[in-house]
This record gives sequence, C-alpha cells and structure tokens, in this order.
Amino acid sequence: MPHLITHHSVVQYLFDGSFSGLLTAVFESYAARHCHVALFEQDKARNNFFDPVVIITTTPEKALRVWKGLKKKLTTALQVEYYSAFLAEDAAVMQQLFNYARFVFDHAAGAAANYGHPAVMAVQQMAQKVSRERHRMKAFVRFQKTACGLYIAAIEPDYNVLPLVRKHFKDRYADQRWLIYDRKRKYGIYYDLHAIHEVLIEAAAAGTVVHAAEMMLDASEALYSTLWKDYFKSTNIQERKNTRLHIRHVPRRYWRHLTEKQLG
Amino acid sequence: MERIREKLRILADAAKYDVSCASSGSNRKNTNGGIGDTGSGICHSYTEDGRCVSLLKILLTNFCIYDCAFCISRKSNDVKRAAFTVKEVVDLTMNFYRRNFIEGLFLSSGIFKHADYTMERMLAIVKKLRLEENYNGYIHLKTIPGASQELVREAGLYADRMSINLEMPTEAGLKAVAPEKSHTEVRRQLATVNHQLIRFNDERSMIRSVPKFVPAGQSTQMVVGATPETDLQVLQTAAEFYTAYALKRVYYSGYIPVNTDERMPLLNSQPPLLRENRLYQADWLMRFYGFAAGEIVNAAQPHLEMEIDPKLSWALRHPQFFPVDLNRADFKTIIRVPGIGRQSAQKIIATRQFGNIYVYQLQKMGVAYNRAQYFITCTDALNRYTDKDPQQLRALILKTVQSKYASLLAPQLALF
Repeated sequence: MPHLITHHSVVQYLFDGSFSGLLTAVFESYAARHCHVALFEQDKARNNFFDPVVIITTTPEKALRVWKGLKKKLTTALQVEYYSAFLAEDAAVMQQLFNYARFVFDHAAGAAANYGHPAVMAVQQMAQKVSRERHRMKAFVRFQKTACGLYIAAIEPDYNVLPLVRKHFKDRYADQRWLIYDRKRKYGIYYDLHAIHEVLIEAAAAGTVVHAAEMMLDASEALYSTLWKDYFKSTNIQERKNTRLHIRHVPRRYWRHLTEKQLG
Repeated sequence: MERIREKLRILADAAKYDVSCASSGSNRKNTNGGIGDTGSGICHSYTEDGRCVSLLKILLTNFCIYDCAFCISRKSNDVKRAAFTVKEVVDLTMNFYRRNFIEGLFLSSGIFKHADYTMERMLAIVKKLRLEENYNGYIHLKTIPGASQELVREAGLYADRMSINLEMPTEAGLKAVAPEKSHTEVRRQLATVNHQLIRFNDERSMIRSVPKFVPAGQSTQMVVGATPETDLQVLQTAAEFYTAYALKRVYYSGYIPVNTDERMPLLNSQPPLLRENRLYQADWLMRFYGFAAGEIVNAAQPHLEMEIDPKLSWALRHPQFFPVDLNRADFKTIIRVPGIGRQSAQKIIATRQFGNIYVYQLQKMGVAYNRAQYFITCTDALNRYTDKDPQQLRALILKTVQSKYASLLAPQLALF
C-alpha cells in the first residue's frame, strides 16, 4: 500500500542482503518517493510494528541502472570503496550505503568527497577496514602443495574479501593451480591455469569439487614448512623482542592458518 | 634435510641485522605467464620482535675476509660458517614464494675469497631465477664492496632493488670500526648504479623496449649507537645521500652488540630502539613532510629529543608558525601540525569545499586531536593555547599523551 505513505514518514525496506538487492532498494525509494528509509535484511530483520514495510524484490535491471548512475558520480576508487564496504556484511553499514547512494544522487558530482557527511564517512571508514582485511589476506594465505600439484589454503577473514583478492592471486600465481577456501563463508576460489571458478565444498561431498587424492600433501611439503618455521625463528632478533607489536600486526585469530605459528 | 636446515639457520641468523624489508616500489609484472609480480609490497608475517617479514633474507655465505668490529660474521669471530649453493638459494626462494610465504629474496653475502668471486655467484642466482624459473617476484641484492662495475651493472638488469651499506654515519666512524671499508667505495657503487638508472630511463623515453634496471631504486643503511655521531650528523648524511644518489630509502639500525670489542658498546647493553624510532620519524619528515634536516636538528641542538617526536619538537620551537587555520591553510602548512598526517590533511582540504570544518569532523578524519588542538583553529576551535609558554605547553601535552616508550624513558620503572 505504498500510496498511503507520505514522503515524511519512515518506511521500512526488507531486502535480500545482496548487492543487487541494495541497489534495487535505492531504485525503489526514488520510484516511490520515499525519503526516509530504514533498510533491513530479511531474516535478520529487526523492524518495528509501527512503520509501514515494503518488501524489495531484487531486480538486476534496476540494480544495474542504479550502479551505472553511481559510476557516473563516483571515481573508480570510490566505486571500489562502495563495493568494499558492502562486503563487510554489516547491517548498519548497509543503511549507510543506502544513504550514501541517495546523498550522491541528490547532489552535484563530487559530493562523495564530503567527509563531513555521516554516510560518506561511515562508508569510507568501513571500506578502509575491509581494505585492511583484503591486504591481510594477500599476506596471510599459506598454500600447501598437494601430491598432484594443487596449492591449497584455508582462510577465515573478518569480512568477505575473496572477491577483492582474486585478481591479485591470479596475476601472481599464473603457472600453478590453487584453491583458497573461506571456511567462515563456506566457499572458495579455484584457479585452473585458465580462469577462476567459485567453488562450494559440502562436507558430505568434498570429492565432487576437489578430488580426495589431491588432498594428499606433496612429499616436499614437510620440508618446506619446516624450513619456513626455522627461518621465522632465525630471523627474529631476541634483543628486540616486542610481543605487543607482534600481536598487533598478527592478531591471534589468524594464527591457526599461519604455517609459522604452528608448533614444531 | 638436516644440512639445509642448518645452513638456513646460520645464514638467516647472520642476515637479520639488515633492517630493510621493503618489497614495494617495483613495477615488475607477471607478463611471461611465469610466477610472481611486484607492487605495493606485502608483509607476509611479523617476527616476535614486531619486524615485518616480507623477503627471504639470507646471506649466500657468512665466510668473510673482512674483520668489521660491528659484524657477527667478521673473520676473527669463532662462529659456524656455511655457504649455500646457487641451486639451494633458488629452490628455497621458489618454494617459499609458491606457498605465499614471501614477496621475494633479499640476498646479501660475506666476502668469500674476493669481491668479484662473491658477486659472480650472486649474479648467477638472480639470473637463474629470472631466466630459468620465470620468476618475477621481488629481488633485493646487496652489492659487494669492491665488486667490479661490470658485474654490478649486469646484476641491475635482474634485481628490483640494490643497496650497499654506509654502515656508520661518517667516514671517520666507519674507519674506526671497519678499517677495510670506506664511504668512498659506497659512493662509487651507488653512483655506478645511479648513472645507469638515469641512462636507462632516458633511453626508455625514446625506445620502449629498454629493459628494466633496478626499478625499485637503491637504498642504504647506517648503524646508530655504535659510534659517537650526533643525530645531526646522521640526518645530514642521510639528506646528502638522498639527493646525491636519488636513494629510495635510508635505513637506521640501532646497534645490537654482537661482539666483544673495546671499540664497541658492551655486549648485553640495550639497543637504542627509541633513538632509532625518532630517526625514522625525522626521516619521514624529510621525505614526506617538506622538512629540511636543519629544521629538525641543528648545531645548537644536535640530538633529537627522546621524550617527544621531532614534529612536535619543531612545533614547540616555532610558536610563531601557529595556530594554523584549518579552514584556510594550504596542504604544506597543515601537514606541519602535530597530530595531522598527510591523509587527514587531504581529507580536510577535500571536505572544506563543502563548508567549514568542525572539531567532530577532525576526530572522525583520523586527526590526533589530543595533540593537534594546541596548534590549530577551525570553526568551533578557537586557539586557547598559543599564548602559553612553550615549556608550559610541552608539560601539558606530555601529561595528556601517553608515550608507548614510557618504559624506555624511565627504565628503572620497567622492572615492575
């Protein structure tokens, strides 16, 4: 019953949490002239009983129109920031991304440089956090070589950064097959010497994507992980020991997947 | 397996006193379908002392014909000696790189037999990596003092960065502890590479296919705290080398006593970590903040203050420069304010096109307002402090700002 809603009141939007869904929500808010929108993700919704609710149906064509519009207003760097902040998968930031898009559309080009605006600041700050996590994953991925030459790594990043590192790994490790698996989000990216594929590994059917035999480690693996651990110890300067600094750079939650932090 | 483990332990242990771990600044890309590329640099891990681990930093050998007082591998030391073969270094580098442990190789060496003999082996390693393994990752090559210009020039075709260490900040300091070494030789080598760099860059502007030559430039390192030079001498030397040889970086290494030698600080004396940190801060001010060495320290005050950082120290000595009006001042002026870095300065300038700047915005932009408040005005911050005497202001700031070096400034308290 959108016609009952005046443009002064708050309207609650329920969307599916996808990037296209977010952009569709922006589209619908203009189509329905809703200025004050509270954005909620379905299932996770904490909406109230009083304000009217609109269910957003994700529509790729509408999303694309909004994205094209944003691209005209934002530099490439800001487009990356916008998408990066989205990958934080954070409810409060979703609302800010919605507000940000509206703010940018409602003002002349260049408005996104206005760090005095709360949405601009919030999106920029979250993008920075995601970017830090992206950079960490470039650093902290540790491949193990399997018997048939596949290099595998598991990660558990704070944010969904695999989409932001795929090009880096593809460019760098162009001559070896590799798989990086996000254990938190239960999907991975696999490079087969030609292209990158997104893969899901179901616990029950692990064999469907990566053949079980491939999970056997290569004979050289023990040697090089030992040498790496040795190196890590030898290159330390005992007289300068600074555990606080060490932990600030390598927070404990990442240790589990770092070869050099394993015993032995 | 045990032999290679032992070699790696010995030759990594002896290489760790070289502080450079930079893996940025090169532009080598993986264009040949091989492995590896370079870019903005990545620290893959951090040692327990908090230093970045970016490169596999090893010596080719710790056999050495020299007897430098500050060096763990000096001839007269009774330490275990080892030497890698060319293949061993290549295998280690490739296998570490393929597992995403490292950004590349940092290869240095003791001088085995003579300079050219050692340099030839280092050259063989980098050529094998580039030409046989299709390796495009980062290579930092330390050149060997006394090596022939031909070898140094050829190595420059394969390395991303080359360096040779000044070791001590002045020629006199170096002569006292390493009679066989000289700054003259360091200058000769830096000049050789720099001339070639300029030549290649000139040619590249006309012919696109000119090969890369040391694309990440050159660097050097000075040990501080081993010999009696002042910070003024250290920073003057740094400034001179930055200009004369277009260096990308000068590194400062707080001396860690490794030998018993009457010319050197005692074993087990504390390395001057705080001084080292202040020198890096001063170095940053010179490279990114438009400060000249003479503004940071001078003949009347030849040492950096340990209690406060050099930018704050400069600000307290120049009250006439403040307050800076953030609604009007230009970038160069804003970055001189303690507590405001380059990034926040850029944000301030971008934001004020849309309206005046308020304090709550500064705090969100990443300005260290605790510190900056004494030196600025903006829309809702009237400067209340510049009428204060610098000594009073200093005391006030020290009271509100907790130094992470508090324990180093008062070592007797660190016991508890």
